[in-house]
Amino acid sequence: MNYWPLLGIALVVLGFALRFNPLLVVAVAAIVTGLLGGLQFVKVLGTLGHGFNENRYVSIIWIILPVVGLLERYGLQERARALIAGIRGATTGRLLIVYLAFRQILSALGLTSVAGHAQTVRPLVAPMAIAAAERAHGELDEDTAERVKAMSAATDNIGLFFGEDIFLAIASILLIQGSLASFGIQLTPFQLSVWAIPTAICAFLIHSTRLLLLDRALARHPRGSEASAALEPNRPPRIGGNGEQA
Amino acid sequence: MIDLHWLYVLAGAVFAGFSVGSARDETNPKRWGNAAFWLLLAASFWFGDFFGDVGNGLLVLALVAIAGFHLIGRGSKESATPAERQRSSDRYGNRLFLPALLIPFTAFVGTLAFNYTPLKGFNLIDPKAVTLVLLGCGVIIALIVSYLWLRPPSLASLDEGSRLANAIGWAMVLPQMLASLGVIFAAAGLGTTIGAMIGAIIPHGSIFLAVLLFALGMVAFTMIMGNAFAAFPVMAAAIGVPVLIHQDGGNPAVIGAVGMLAGFCGTLMTPMAANFNIVPAALLELRNQYGVIKAQVPTAIPLLIANILILYFAAFR
Repeated sequence: MNYWPLLGIALVVLGFALRFNPLLVVAVAAIVTGLLGGLQFVKVLGTLGHGFNENRYVSIIWIILPVVGLLERYGLQERARALIAGIRGATTGRLLIVYLAFRQILSALGLTSVAGHAQTVRPLVAPMAIAAAERAHGELDEDTAERVKAMSAATDNIGLFFGEDIFLAIASILLIQGSLASFGIQLTPFQLSVWAIPTAICAFLIHSTRLLLLDRALARHPRGSEASAALEPNRPPRIGGNGEQA
Repeated sequence: MIDLHWLYVLAGAVFAGFSVGSARDETNPKRWGNAAFWLLLAASFWFGDFFGDVGNGLLVLALVAIAGFHLIGRGSKESATPAERQRSSDRYGNRLFLPALLIPFTAFVGTLAFNYTPLKGFNLIDPKAVTLVLLGCGVIIALIVSYLWLRPPSLASLDEGSRLANAIGWAMVLPQMLASLGVIFAAAGLGTTIGAMIGAIIPHGSIFLAVLLFALGMVAFTMIMGNAFAAFPVMAAAIGVPVLIHQDGGNPAVIGAVGMLAGFCGTLMTPMAANFNIVPAALLELRNQYGVIKAQVPTAIPLLIANILILYFAAFR
């Protein structure tokens, strides 16, 4: 058995840990792994190109950016914040719990592309979560704003991952069915998707608990009580304002 | 029949638009690098099928060179000041949500219509691409509505789209790159190597330890490959089927379904799952590119424990 290609994995881990440009890391790791695996350079290049071309569908989602950008220019994020500011009792945690339930249920119905980071999180969910946090906390320092935004994205992922397998015709269920069938174990998609439900419930409970804890953490340091907040004047943490370079 | 290739034509046009929008932004000192980057992607969407594998490989290397040597940047141009946006937000009110919601609404209603009404029989849309095609339709409809209603300058959507695209930058093609890395990993035989290594350390006699190794193996291999799909067949062949199902008599449905979900906990914790973890960090313009992963780990670990317990108690009753 050829163990050398394992070095490719080490290269990826090292590259990501040292924060080199990920595209560069992946390209170098791909070429090294291919060569160590005994492929010719031209073959490696071809495999890389073929994989890239076959997976173009992953990048289709970005056709949404012109619409989102245009609406942002006309105040979409400001509107999302105003809406939340007008709802009594709306907190970051409660808002994200509602979104989590919504995302899990839609995914369980097979409607996975209806929501997502580009479709809903950046234009709607994250600005709303920020607005709700500002109400509990006052103006947010950058770390807190970053935490709220990251939690919005995390909630979307968790809702998607632990909802979609309840749907019968999702790729992962079909993959499990196919893999086990190759060993002579015959299962129906229904038998598999039923067993996604306990984990879906656990995911909802665990993540909701964390979201409620986030609410408590936000409420614990209300406006002006933080020393750090007094030191630097805060800009409103609009998502994508200039100067907030990633 | 409308299939993915129609969308590729549309996506190519949008990326070409990003290229034009980037070139127009004089506040970006590296604007020609950005313009070249998006133009290469447009070429990939339009002509990728004609370039051949090696041609596509060279295109990938060119993309990597532009991004890796920091030849792309961001402009500082804001088309509207915060005060203008606030005024516009007050003026248009909650109706501003309508174009944004049109996109998911079109995907939602369209998917239902194509799956549960006689429309299904017309073979209008490739069944494998239904949601993406409808998403594309939603985008076009939302764009037309926005233009008719808000009457922005004619190139505004290109400028605004490329503003967002340049904020995300290289991260936008990372998921595609990682997918090709997965293909190379598989071609180099990594799956069989790792499967054999894990298979060699199977503990005998303890069902719980075997379950633990299966779940942790799913997590580890998922974190390496960036998705649980690549990990499942390997772990099923190494432990799931021979040990848990045949030797210990576990319920195959539980082992299959919950094993995959244990892998999903790994997806939450790895930068290799770039479209879920790295791209959103760029899209939300977080300073820490691992910010989303950091937010997910405290959910992923308890959930993994829950999955291990479900596997153990539900599969071996």
